[in-house]
Parts: sequence; C-alpha cells; structure tokens
Amino acid sequence: MATSEIRKGDPGIDPATGEFRVVGQGETFKSVTEKISRIVLTPHTPLGWLAIFGIAGGGATVLLVAVTWLFLKGVGIWAITQPVAWGFAIINFVWWIGIGHAGTLISAILLLFKQTWRNSISRFAEAMTIFAVVCAGMFPLIHVGRPWLGYWLFPIPLTMNVWPQFRSPLLWDVFAVSTYATISVVFWYIGMIPDFGTFRDRSQNKVAQYFYGIFSWGWRGSVRHWMRYETASLLLAGLATPLVLSVHTVISFDFAVAVLPGWHTTIFPPYFVAGAIYSGFAMVLTLAIPLRKFYHLENLVTERHIDNMGKVMLATGFIVAYGYGMEAFMAWYSASHWEAFMFWNRAFGPMGWAYWVLIASNLAIPLTTLWVRRLRTSLSYMFFISIVVNTGMWFERFVIVVTSLYRDFLPSSWGTYRATKWDYLTFIGTLGLFTTLFLLFVRFLPMIPMNEIRMILPAAKIKPKAAAGAD
Amino acid sequence: MPAREGTYGLLAEFDTPGDLVRAARQAREDGWRRLDCYTPYPVEEAAEAIGFHRNRVPLVTLIGGLMGLAAMFSMETWISVVAYPLNIAGRPLYSWPAFIIPAYEWTILWSGLSAAFGMLALNGLPQLYHPLFNAPNFRDGATTDKFFLCLEALDPKFDLVEGKRYLEAFSPVSVVEVDY
Repeated sequence: MATSEIRKGDPGIDPATGEFRVVGQGETFKSVTEKISRIVLTPHTPLGWLAIFGIAGGGATVLLVAVTWLFLKGVGIWAITQPVAWGFAIINFVWWIGIGHAGTLISAILLLFKQTWRNSISRFAEAMTIFAVVCAGMFPLIHVGRPWLGYWLFPIPLTMNVWPQFRSPLLWDVFAVSTYATISVVFWYIGMIPDFGTFRDRSQNKVAQYFYGIFSWGWRGSVRHWMRYETASLLLAGLATPLVLSVHTVISFDFAVAVLPGWHTTIFPPYFVAGAIYSGFAMVLTLAIPLRKFYHLENLVTERHIDNMGKVMLATGFIVAYGYGMEAFMAWYSASHWEAFMFWNRAFGPMGWAYWVLIASNLAIPLTTLWVRRLRTSLSYMFFISIVVNTGMWFERFVIVVTSLYRDFLPSSWGTYRATKWDYLTFIGTLGLFTTLFLLFVRFLPMIPMNEIRMILPAAKIKPKAAAGAD
Repeated sequence: MPAREGTYGLLAEFDTPGDLVRAARQAREDGWRRLDCYTPYPVEEAAEAIGFHRNRVPLVTLIGGLMGLAAMFSMETWISVVAYPLNIAGRPLYSWPAFIIPAYEWTILWSGLSAAFGMLALNGLPQLYHPLFNAPNFRDGATTDKFFLCLEALDPKFDLVEGKRYLEAFSPVSVVEVDY
C-alpha cells in the first residue's frame, strides 16, 4: 500500500496507530465473534440461501447425469477426437485448478508477507481452493475413459507387476495435484480448529456442540498450544507457497514438454501461474461481493479488500499480458514456419474469435480500467470485471488447448472442434457442484477466521508496562 | 484417564490481553512454574511471560519432509531401474532430473502433514475433556473475548487460600476454583 494514498482524516486509517484499518470501526472481540458465528449457529436458514442452494443443487445433479452417461457410453459422447484429443475436460481442469491458486496465495503467500488484510478473506478463499480442486481433479479422471482403472496412476504394488512411468509430466501431475489437494485441506482444517472451539462453546444446540466439539479436537486456547499452532501455520504457509507455484508449473509441463507449436515454450510455467492467480482473484471477488452483502459483512470485508484484490489482479494481469506478448514475439523471432503459422491461425484462423474474446476480456477491459481507484472500489464494476476475467481465462485455456491442436504440421490431418451438449453439461455441472459445496461451507463452517480477526483488532494491542496505568 | 480428585487449579479471568500478560509475567517471576494462559487468539507475549519460548514443531516438520523426499526418490529409482525398467525415448533408466518433481511434491506433502499432525500431537490433542471446561466462565469467554490465567494445583507453591489471594491482587474480573 503506497504511502501517497494516506490522506488526513481518512476513515480507513486508525487514528490511534496511524495504520490502515482492516476491519471496520468499533468492532470488538465479542462483536466479530457474534457476527461470524451467528451465520452458522442460527437455526434459521435464510430463504435466499435455500433458493440458491436449490439452483446449485440442480447444477450438481446435471453433473451427475452427465458423468453417468459418460461412464455408460464412453468419452465418445464428448467432441474429442483426432486431432483435438484434449477438449473441454483439460480446459476445465486447468481453469478450475487455476482458480484454486488464489486461495493458496491469499492464505499462504500473503500470510508470509504479513498482509493482515488477508485475514478476512483467507478462509473462504481457501474453501474456494478446495472446491475448485475437487472440480478440477475430477476431469482428468473422467477423461481417461476407464475411470475405474484410475488407481493405475498411483505406484501401488499390484499383481500385474506394472508400475507408473516417472518421466512423464502427466504422472508428475498426479503427485502435484494430489499433494496440493491434501495440503490445502489440512491447512484449511487446521485454521478452523480454534473457530470450531468457539462454535462448540457458543452453540445452544446439543448436536452442534457434539460435532463442533469433536471437530475442534478439544481446543481450549492454551498459549502453549497457540504458539505451536502459529509455528505450524507459518510452516504450512511456507510449504504451500512453493507448492502452489509448482502445481501450475507442472500442469504447464503437460503442454510445454510436448513438441507442438503453441505448447512447446519456456514461458509457460510463469505465465500459467500468473494466469492462475489472476483468475483466482477474480473468483474470490465473484464470491466475496455477494457474500458480504448477503450476510452484512461490510465491516469485515471492507472496500479496502476489494481495492487490494483489484490491484493484485492488475499486477498479475500484466504478467499474463507479457506472456501473450512473448508468445507472439517468439512466433516471429523463432523463425519457425510452424510457430508462425500457429500464431497466425490462432488469431486469424477459423477460431480466431476465441483469441480476440480472450484479449478483450483478459487485457483490454480489465487492464485499462483497474487503474482507476473509483472503479476498483465500485462493487458492481468489480463484480462485472470478475466475471469478465473468469470468462477470459476460460477462453485462454480453450485457445491454448484447441487452437494448438486442430491444425498441426500436416494439413491433411487438420480438423476442427465443436463441443457437444455433454461437454457443456459437464462444465455447467461442475459450476453447480462448486456452488453447492460453497453454500454448504457458508452454512456450516466459519467462513471468516474469527481468531485471526481478533488478532488484528485494536484491542489486541498490548500496551507497554509504563502505560499500564492509563488503560 | 487416571482418576483424579480435588482441585485442578485456580482460574483468574481478565478483560484485556495486557492485564493477562502482566499477571502472568509477575506470577512467573514470583516462582510459579505450573501455570498456563488461555486466550481466544495467539498472544505471543503471554507465552513469553510463562517462559514458553521454543517448540519442536519445526523439527518434526523437517524430519517428515526428509522422509518424504527419501521415500519418493528411492521409490522412483527402484521402480524405474529395478522393478519395471522401461526404455522411454532412449533415456537412461536412472533419469534423476525427472524424478525430482514427484520427490519435491512428496517433500512438501510429508512435511505439511508432519507440521499439522505433529502440532496437534505435541499439544496433546485430541483431548475432548479437560477440567477447565468445568469452569462456567471459561466456556463463555476463553474462545470468545476473555483472557485466563490458571495456576495449577500441581505447583509446589500452590495453596487454595493463598493462591486465591495472590491472584486477586492482579484485580481480575473473577477468580474461580476449578475441580477435576
């Protein structure tokens, strides 16, 4: 946060400390605890929640139908064939896992950088990560054609004596994604343990007390426990940081290791990671803006949060722009006929429209307007931008997967790609599954980390011994 | 759980973390050793005050990580060289650069699991019953907005009447006796 932004009398600045206020004025330990735990512990489920849950559940049912039909008929119901053997499944896989990356960035990397504003949004960003990874992880599995043999991916001693091939990026992916899913769940759960303790103590309902009591592992807030807990959280953050960077890097290896124009480039790892964070922050905004309104959390997820997320998107958006620029540059600079043709075909071929959708929604619209503070703090505009960027990032993966494959070296093997209704239904279904899981999370789990919010309240500041008499 | 009778300790309740830290620091200076603080969020100063400076979570994490690294790298080598040698585009069977990536992931996986579960184990959790939960004000406040100092009966200095008077000198909100 630049110092030039500080103005006298800014309500966003705490006059006592001169620091930026992350949480709204007048909040106390008790008020934040009540505000957050009330959402979960109330016996009344809001009607709005039920309505959206109904729609999302319908979406998840679509997924169930689509996947059942897929298992009965095989991957032929999708549009994948030669030459485009990787269709929607891989696009969606990369898109979803990219979305997950912002959650880890917020919970781990911003923790290491001591960005306390992250505390309000870290928990639901982590939840978003996990549910996005759930959606992502499903795609490679259902794409293999015979998902009941999915355990062949793992090095398990089987009677047939066949072992995986460790030189393949596809196998690296298995370890990267499974590690990512496990560590994300553990980090998320460990973060919730003290909050489960709060729920256990505040709940009036025997069943809730019983379950939250078990989930809290009997947490009682001893400072010795807290110190080990803090150490473990920092270590997990330190471990999740290289992990999150490695996951999308390994995914980009799936492409970059193949000798195909449009895939075989060294820019892919950083460009994939930046794109992942870009789309992930967009998804955090898509979720945070309606949530804070619906649950009246304006004092906890403040305009400053929205503003900061806009800034992160601006920065990562420019890294993505550099990636696009480098691809175009290398198409010319490599002097490779195939690279040049691939790029021409990508931008001006029969599927060129997809390329321009991506340029418009990832670069033209956000990167010109996110500079303006007034727009960054406008909720409706940020919500709009978040949808635009998520669409744009989906098209980025579409362009990478499809337009690199459908016209390769030999014109006689050129083809095209037209997604079937099952492709669309599977994708819509994962959106439904994601929303369903997220709604369940909001209803039953602490969506804002209460213990971390208490830590950043002004009341948590311990005054030195000399000033002891004053308070 | 061993059958215990009688008093677990004396529990003083404070409204602010500053009061708790001052009381804890004084108690430690006055020779109390079996004492603990309970707070709704991590208060580093309170841990320092009762003389808890270092913990073994980093060591557990390091050991876990090294085990993960060794496990994956040796498994990859054994599978690719001994158990199931495959000629992949003429690359050597022991193609260690390719093995780094899964080994790297497992280093993180094992150290992360060790950090999380090692922390819980060192904390003695899960422990669903604890005598402190018998104190009514503990349940109301310890995970919300109150700060507690507990002098445990196992401390050689412990005496019910003296201890109570000692704690009251810090002007806490209340001092209660906690039974097993």
